[in-house]
Amino acid sequence: MTADTLDTSSADAGQRPWRLALRRLMRRRAALVGSAVVVFFIALALAAPLVAPYDPLATDWRAVRKSPSSQHLFGTDELGRDVLSRVAWGARASILAGLVSVSIALAVGVPLGLLSGYFGGFADGILMRMIDAMLAIPFLILAIALAAFLGPNLTNAMIAIGVSQTPVFTRLTRGQVLAVKHEDFVDAARAVGNPHRRILLRHILPNVLAPILVQATLAVAGAIIAEASLSFLGLGQQPPAPSWGSMLNTATRFLSQAPWMALWPGLAIFSLVLSFNLLGDGLRDALDPRQG
Amino acid sequence: MTTFLLRRLALVLPTLFFVSVLIFGLQQLLPGDPALALAGEDRDPGVVAFLRQKYHLDEPLPVRYLLWVEGVLAGDLGESIRIKRPVRDLVLEKLPVTGELATLAIVIALSIGLPMGIVAAVKNGSAIDHAATMAALWGRSIPNFWLGILLILLFSVEWGLLPASGFVSPAESLTRNLATLIMPAFVLGNAIAAVMMRHTRSAMLEVLNSDYIRTARAKGLRESRVVLHHALRNALVPVITLGALEFGELLSGAVLTEQVFTIPGFGKLIVDAVFNRDYAVVQGVVLCTALAFILLNLVADIAYVLVNPRLRG
Repeated sequence: MTADTLDTSSADAGQRPWRLALRRLMRRRAALVGSAVVVFFIALALAAPLVAPYDPLATDWRAVRKSPSSQHLFGTDELGRDVLSRVAWGARASILAGLVSVSIALAVGVPLGLLSGYFGGFADGILMRMIDAMLAIPFLILAIALAAFLGPNLTNAMIAIGVSQTPVFTRLTRGQVLAVKHEDFVDAARAVGNPHRRILLRHILPNVLAPILVQATLAVAGAIIAEASLSFLGLGQQPPAPSWGSMLNTATRFLSQAPWMALWPGLAIFSLVLSFNLLGDGLRDALDPRQG
Repeated sequence: MTTFLLRRLALVLPTLFFVSVLIFGLQQLLPGDPALALAGEDRDPGVVAFLRQKYHLDEPLPVRYLLWVEGVLAGDLGESIRIKRPVRDLVLEKLPVTGELATLAIVIALSIGLPMGIVAAVKNGSAIDHAATMAALWGRSIPNFWLGILLILLFSVEWGLLPASGFVSPAESLTRNLATLIMPAFVLGNAIAAVMMRHTRSAMLEVLNSDYIRTARAKGLRESRVVLHHALRNALVPVITLGALEFGELLSGAVLTEQVFTIPGFGKLIVDAVFNRDYAVVQGVVLCTALAFILLNLVADIAYVLVNPRLRG
């Protein structure tokens, strides 16, 4: 009898809970609105060169700090650049930062959590104390410190945010693994002689994925705010490249003369973060029927 | 209880060790020669030589770490390269400003979050519950610094009611002190109010469904007494301890809020230090923040056990 003939993870049975969850998600209006707005911003980021009416870097001294008009729907900034075009291009930095940082956190955090929870022992104890240490430093302060020492640019900001978010995923994954690793299906997989790698990847990982997915969605919202915060402080995307955070930073100097400079980038961050939060909350309810 | 205390304290020590390694390690992220990087843009050879000697940069890494820890334990957090003052003095100087801002923010967060959470739980599923949940979602989605900017636009630029920036010490004038802090404290308290509301709501929902509440109602007590006297007292315990975890959020938020409102506190100290490449100050601020967080969590954990007789065992 081989391990394959007694494989306890049936592909069909594995698909059904996800399909059910998707159906539950589709029934939640707030989550659907959230997804629609997220898709809108992703499309905006991808199509920025086509959608933006002007070059986001082109200055125009005759149109400095012009209020919204038919030529410039969102107005212009202190160098006469079109705010709408900069908001559209700025979506790229925000979405890229959100997705890349969370991917880094997932790529490092989840495997560490899987191994730590599954094997336990001394290494697990040490790793958990390291995670405690990282969690003891407030998220943004850790990201600021990392970005400061690595050097201020968008890539380093993404690395800093990703590293700062990693402990959350390690701890979450470890906790989930501890909860399922003594379940009958894992014992059965072990009893038929599956190697650890197969047990971890085929039997444990699919069963701990749901809360990780929810956390990842909410973490994207956190990462977008963090990138905007770092750029606002001058530690993220560097001018003149457009980013919502750095646009807000500039806007603070012209609040009484050009309030629209502060309005649109802030509204963009708020809408995108709110949408990821709505989607994350919807996913949580859809994947955990007890809460639904 | 003693066993719990000892076990909890034993957990703190390795955490402190790793925090120190992490913060010391930040220096290693500097590209190239740390002495050159630490010396700032001038790169005065005298300063470079001084730094090399001061931070024992010629010694092996573990030795440098031990020497650094020895200094920290003796209260020496290094010296600011720009301001030429001990980091410890700078931190102690800025701490009361951020402390006052944070305290005001917590007062605001509690006075919004608690009543909202209670009402949402009591009226579970009603329009008020949905409105409170939406408000909490708004609270955690709106970026601190943008809310600050919007408030400045409204209350300072448009209506001229409050100063847009700056800080007046309470010793100088309490009214002006509050006028400078009310907007930043609201901005900071807003996000925490959202978390408090969610914690209070779920804790209250759990307590309101318990047997002793049913008994209290069966005795014929007024609903307000059942909710405020019987339910809230028990629901508050997890709310307060979970609230301690929000300390990190508070400090992260303070960095941005202090920047928007130009308040000379802890957050502004770290941001200015980052731009001045004053790395010792960055390390000092991060270390103090982490120590405060660890201490607060320890106190919250102990308080949780103290007020919860079932856990005392």
